[in-house]
Amino acid sequence: MPEIVHTHIYSNGLVLVAEQMPWLRSAAFSLLLPAGCALEPSDRGGLANITSEMVERGCGPRDSRQFILELDNLGLEWSDSVSASHAGFGGAAPAENLPAALAIFADMVRRPHLPEQELPAARALMLQELRAVEDEPSQKAASELRRRHYHEPWGRPAHGDLPGVQATTLDDIQAFFARHYRPNGAILGAAGRFEFPALRDLVAELLADWTPAEPAEIVEQPTRQPYLHVPYQSAQTQIGIAYPSVPYRHPDYFPAWGSVGVLSGGMSSRLFTEVRERRGLCYSVHAGHHTLRDRAGVFCFAGTSADRAQETLDVTLGEIRRLAEGVRPDELGRLKARIKSSLIMQQESSSARSGAVAADWYHLGRVRTVEQLHDLAEGLSCESINAYLAASPPADFDIVTVGPNPLEVPVAV
Amino acid sequence: MQFKRYTLPNGLEIVAECNPEAYSTAIGFFVRTGSRDETDAESGVSHFLEHMMFKGTPTRSADDVNREFDEIGAHYNAYTNEEATVYYANVLPEYLDRALELLADILRPSLREADFETEKQVILEEIHMYDDQPPFGADEHCRAAYFGSHPLGRSVLGTVESIADLRVEAMRDYFERRYAPANMVLVGAGRVAFDDLVRVAESACGPWVSLPVSRTMSPAEPKTPFVTIRKEIATQQYTLLMSAAPFDDARERYAAKLLATVLGDDSGSRLYWELVDPGLAEHAGMQHAEFADAGAMITFLCCAPDDAAENLTRLARLYQAVGQEGVTEVELRQAKNKVCSRVVLSGERPRGRLFAVGIDWVCRAEYRSIEDDLQAVDAVTIDDFEALLRRYPLLPTATVTIGPLESVTVE
Repeated sequence: MPEIVHTHIYSNGLVLVAEQMPWLRSAAFSLLLPAGCALEPSDRGGLANITSEMVERGCGPRDSRQFILELDNLGLEWSDSVSASHAGFGGAAPAENLPAALAIFADMVRRPHLPEQELPAARALMLQELRAVEDEPSQKAASELRRRHYHEPWGRPAHGDLPGVQATTLDDIQAFFARHYRPNGAILGAAGRFEFPALRDLVAELLADWTPAEPAEIVEQPTRQPYLHVPYQSAQTQIGIAYPSVPYRHPDYFPAWGSVGVLSGGMSSRLFTEVRERRGLCYSVHAGHHTLRDRAGVFCFAGTSADRAQETLDVTLGEIRRLAEGVRPDELGRLKARIKSSLIMQQESSSARSGAVAADWYHLGRVRTVEQLHDLAEGLSCESINAYLAASPPADFDIVTVGPNPLEVPVAV
Repeated sequence: MQFKRYTLPNGLEIVAECNPEAYSTAIGFFVRTGSRDETDAESGVSHFLEHMMFKGTPTRSADDVNREFDEIGAHYNAYTNEEATVYYANVLPEYLDRALELLADILRPSLREADFETEKQVILEEIHMYDDQPPFGADEHCRAAYFGSHPLGRSVLGTVESIADLRVEAMRDYFERRYAPANMVLVGAGRVAFDDLVRVAESACGPWVSLPVSRTMSPAEPKTPFVTIRKEIATQQYTLLMSAAPFDDARERYAAKLLATVLGDDSGSRLYWELVDPGLAEHAGMQHAEFADAGAMITFLCCAPDDAAENLTRLARLYQAVGQEGVTEVELRQAKNKVCSRVVLSGERPRGRLFAVGIDWVCRAEYRSIEDDLQAVDAVTIDDFEALLRRYPLLPTATVTIGPLESVTVE
């Protein structure tokens, strides 16, 4: 089935990117606002998150109960998320309900009540989230690793920190909302069963008269420290290893991403085979490529009993370093097979595609269709991957462990 | 969509919901075996065996198995619960034959001792992992508290001791006892050419020897203890509650699913407004679980330890009020809209349909299309809720709470 991707840029800067998938019964949207946690003042960790919580507590003609009741009655499966760069809101529903769902979310991002009486509850909920993270050692390792790998403020966790959440006032939230919930820099991705002209006109009606605001500037602060151990009386030690890579928009992205697929994609990948299958060192070991707009990293995690953690770190790091020697044709063949089936299976999900087209626009200013992605994957060769790995071998590792004891980390990481 | 079925002479059933317009194909072997079919000495063997299935056959090494699945770009995995073990693969339609041949082959594993000992370490790591993360085993403890000596009270993972002590001979014996063709169903969903499915199954599974298999079934006699387990490293307090629920009557089952949505869906439910929206709990939710001879309403609560007693009291009051006053038409309609939308959305992916069709067939030997599900949901009335709550009151519950607290007192 040929894909049809449409784009429309409204005069206030809002971008609509939409992929029609007429074979589905559903339609999905993904709204990215330039209101991520990298924009928080440094003493207000969690402000982006609490703002996104507060806009959901009543908007337009609805109080917070009516807001949720209306979305539920549309059968909208929805979620929110905060990343370093964006506050995101997305959902999927039977296709006929997409317009009504978009109308509610338009009210939410433009006319939220931000009611003062709801602030204590929203803050309490954020504190609950912070406490719950304390009980997830793997999540703790992941957020500490990201904080170290990306310079401040790009490595911040969305949930913020205790002092930041406690200090947040309604004024902070109103100011953050006024400054960062804006159409210029916002991207609305949509995918599924709809007619584009009707969708474009509907979005115009809902959002075209939304007033733009001045983009904010982000000041970076290098925070490089190679090894961090977080003492925690758990049975297992969680190990996190990160190294730099190239972002999605970089010409070397596909070779870089492909090399991570060989390292950790599928159960015949190197990490799964060497760390788990051959040695039985852990249940969970995996690595993934993560991209921001202008920087990226490979993040690798393993969890294992404290007494086997050193061996797990050594073997895992050894496998990562061995990537520099290159990948084999059989590994590339399996990588391509997995990419091909993943891409085709994406066409069974309006949610997956609405997220993908919005992210593509953010990173590239255009959308890669599934067919184009397929061609790019097919174009991968051992030569291209190995040339990338020879020029940029995995190095400059950031390492974090969470568990009973620190580990020996090689000096020249 | 077309439903088709066929049974091989050795008793292996093959069922499929064929959708020629789907992009992919999902297939799976649903085996009627799980922790409820184990003895004390083999506690955890069902789940351990599920791992061992990927460790090779007389003609394939473990590396071969992983490599061949990846060569066809399969999204594949397996899981084990109280009464089923499921092996599945989602592939592009052109790889259906290879995926099925591979899945069928691994279901006749070598169970080599050296692999068994290596994989034992992985299982022990999995047990440690769950020991370190929420809800810190509260789910297994709560089932044990609720079901008592009934087989559904058994642990799926087993314990460090039961796994360490397990011998490969015991696993081989369990395999012989449980993996007979008549004790499993091959299920297909998405773009399945049913004739091909049957042809490959005949050649790959036809030679499997037919053996009689049985399962001990007995009515559950639910217990309602309150158990507190101290977990010093935990920051939050995690509580599970279980009470009786339907499992065999279709109308009651759909009513129970809708009631769980009204009371404990992630958002917009009674528990959400009572506990999560005001920030009193990080999470509060309810689910309806069904087994072959029992059902259960399961409530999960995660909150700060200081608020646990107060929250549990609020929860008990809420359930008491629902028992007396029921729920409203507005709530029923809201739950129906949510559940129907989920049926439609998950039905768009063959993987989603595979589990729906497979579980319906393996548990109840019935096929229900998406439309059947939508109609059954739509038919539930407020009167059904009343009847349900009379027959299956939400209180009392078996309660297990795990966290930093030494004791919890609920009014």
